[in-house]
Amino acid sequence: MAFLEYAAAPESPSILNLKAQYGLFIDGEFVDGHGDVFDTISPATEEVIASIAQATAGDVDTAVRAARRAYETVWSRMSGSDRGKYLFRIARLVQERARELAVAESLDNGKPIRETRDVDVPLVAAWFFYYAGWADKLEHAGLGPNPRALGVAAQVIPWNFPLLMLAWKIAPALAAGNTVVIKPAETTSLTAMLFAEILQQADLPAGVVNIVTGPGPTGQALVTHDDVNKVAFTGSTNVGRMIARQVAGTQKRLTLELGGKAANIVFDDAPMDQAIEGIVNGIFFNQGHVCCAGSRLLVQENVHDEVIDRLKARLSTLRMGDPLDKNTDIGAINSAAQLERIRTLSDTGENEGAERWTADCRIPDKGFWFAPTIFTKVSAAHAIAREEIFGPVLSVLTFRTPAEAITKANNTPYGLSAGIWTEKGSRMLALVDQLKAGVVWANTFNRFDPASPFGGYKESGYGREGGRHGLAAYLEASGWDAPAALSAASTPPADAKRATRKPKQTRKAVAK
Amino acid sequence: MSRLTVPKTYKLYIGGKFPRSESGRTYEVVSAKGDFLANAAKASRKDARDAVVAARAAVCGWAGATAYNRGQVIYRIAELLEGRRAQFVDEIQSSEGVTAAQASAQVDTAIDVWVWYAGWADKYAQVAGNANPVSGPYFNLSVPEPTGVVAAVAPQGVASGSLLGLVSVIAPIVVSGNTVVVVADEAAPLSAISLSEVLATSDVPGGVINMLTGSAAEIMPWLAAHADVNALDLTGAGSLEGAKGESWVDLQLAAAETLKRVVAPVAGIPRPALERITAFVETKTVWHTKSML
Repeated sequence: MAFLEYAAAPESPSILNLKAQYGLFIDGEFVDGHGDVFDTISPATEEVIASIAQATAGDVDTAVRAARRAYETVWSRMSGSDRGKYLFRIARLVQERARELAVAESLDNGKPIRETRDVDVPLVAAWFFYYAGWADKLEHAGLGPNPRALGVAAQVIPWNFPLLMLAWKIAPALAAGNTVVIKPAETTSLTAMLFAEILQQADLPAGVVNIVTGPGPTGQALVTHDDVNKVAFTGSTNVGRMIARQVAGTQKRLTLELGGKAANIVFDDAPMDQAIEGIVNGIFFNQGHVCCAGSRLLVQENVHDEVIDRLKARLSTLRMGDPLDKNTDIGAINSAAQLERIRTLSDTGENEGAERWTADCRIPDKGFWFAPTIFTKVSAAHAIAREEIFGPVLSVLTFRTPAEAITKANNTPYGLSAGIWTEKGSRMLALVDQLKAGVVWANTFNRFDPASPFGGYKESGYGREGGRHGLAAYLEASGWDAPAALSAASTPPADAKRATRKPKQTRKAVAK
Repeated sequence: MSRLTVPKTYKLYIGGKFPRSESGRTYEVVSAKGDFLANAAKASRKDARDAVVAARAAVCGWAGATAYNRGQVIYRIAELLEGRRAQFVDEIQSSEGVTAAQASAQVDTAIDVWVWYAGWADKYAQVAGNANPVSGPYFNLSVPEPTGVVAAVAPQGVASGSLLGLVSVIAPIVVSGNTVVVVADEAAPLSAISLSEVLATSDVPGGVINMLTGSAAEIMPWLAAHADVNALDLTGAGSLEGAKGESWVDLQLAAAETLKRVVAPVAGIPRPALERITAFVETKTVWHTKSML
């Protein structure tokens, strides 16, 4: 056995007790869908794990009606402290079944077990714990006294962090008193179904959370449903744009967490060992399937060669392969379609003149794989510097002055995240002020915490998830805060008309 | 012998200057009874684009000013408005056909709205931001900051509200450091022009507030689709019907292309609220490592 090679240490999928087929979870029960059934496969082996039901528009309607009924009859009438207790129960059950969830997530998504075990699942539990405590403290959420729930929330989540995104969406919605219909991504529905079992174990009232599975049209039926009050979506900017159009003209509230092309800025005085680890974590975490991934590395010119050399050395030690092996650093790409997109964009990078370097990894025979790749000599005009690749591909650009770094970092329609590496606190703070990004990590990268707001500027979407801000996205203020004397000539509050909690759909909303 | 009056020529307010519309177009402003009052400039697409350029150029300085300074500047607007009450009361009376008492009350309220928002300049970030107790050795802070250039349509055709409606839209947008391109009440634009004169002699930097008069139905689609506008305030757009029958929903659809933040129309004049400030801010969260001691 060569240096740095370890014997395989795989987690066994035998701890899972999966069914051959999963239906929808509506009104507290697993039910069959009315659409076709599709297979969910392991991206690492292309083996079928289970078959999943495809919800039709009719199924979505049944789910929304169940959510409405649960909202009217149970959830909106329940005390905040009882809602909180349900969320605490869910958090505990997630912890109890953590190992099982981690294995299922790795199997279904292709991400390394090291990440599901140490990042995804612990954060899922943390998200429910954090929001559980908010449920009976809503008057402190910053919206004045007696903030109100919005009603039924329609939520559509992506495949890169299936269970974590589900937690990000469901926990604040339930804490605020909303009920939920959620649609996981087509390729990663499995852990949502295990989560549904947890909801049954927690004895959550029927209809409070409903899960519908299926491809894009299922999601579209959900967000355009007349009887939802809130739409929350995480995914691509293009789909976000479409949803913004579909929601236009309605009373539905909207939160969008969309794409990014984050700049990770490394100054010559950066703590270099940490910076190298941070760059690797920034773009190769979760195979680069992270909307806030640090995909554009901006390096100060005088340390460029040193950074690249050290980066290549470090990447050569990463192990790619079986996601269930505890030694694995880089797992499988989630789907054949995504692999194709990464290949196409990388080829474009090469054709446009950037210099490509790929870590020397053995590519398994089966499954979808892409070895960590770095592009140097990249200019701001290159497609790989502008378009989100959503894979383990890093583009490296250089800068000389902080002003140039800021200009290059902000030169994108996205504005989700950024990284800064420098020992100089005053420079870091000055830079932070100038960066158009919703999250800035200084001397660290890709940190997430339920207490911390996350979300983007510009075309990276609207609204924030996490923290008090994430809770506010599911609440409506009930009063006005200016003195009455200032409204001598004004009309009654607009929301007086919204007394019935049903959203109004106007003529053009869905047409386009 | 009576004196021949000197009527005012009404123009646009863009980048701190008072240009006529580049299109040369004007439209008649009439009193509530239908008497001719003035010709106002009818802003064109080019005027709207020029206003966005001016607003963009002003963002850096205005957003970069200290919150204390912005509060002072906004309070200064109230001071100047107070000094020119009579002119506003007079214009409102003639263009809206209301009594002197009603016009007076509107001007008073408009001044008080400026004062109310001025006080928020150095407080909203404390109320809307927070330190986050994250797990691990990190310093983590969430701070709201202005989103950039906001295009707004003032309430249209609200009885006794042409000044108050305008102020209620502008003040919450600029208090956080955004700049604004606002389309005034089409039927009663006189107080908008006069407010521009107040702004021009105040300490508000040129380009921070840009005032367009003319048809909101014509101008707003250009602003809603403009890629360099960050947010859209459709407060007064509820009654807009364009020549082709479009409505405010089309504006929201246009804004979706660039994922602009959109504030939906309200009936009448919006009451001052912290929510109107936070509608036009982004939350920036900063994580920094703490060393292990």
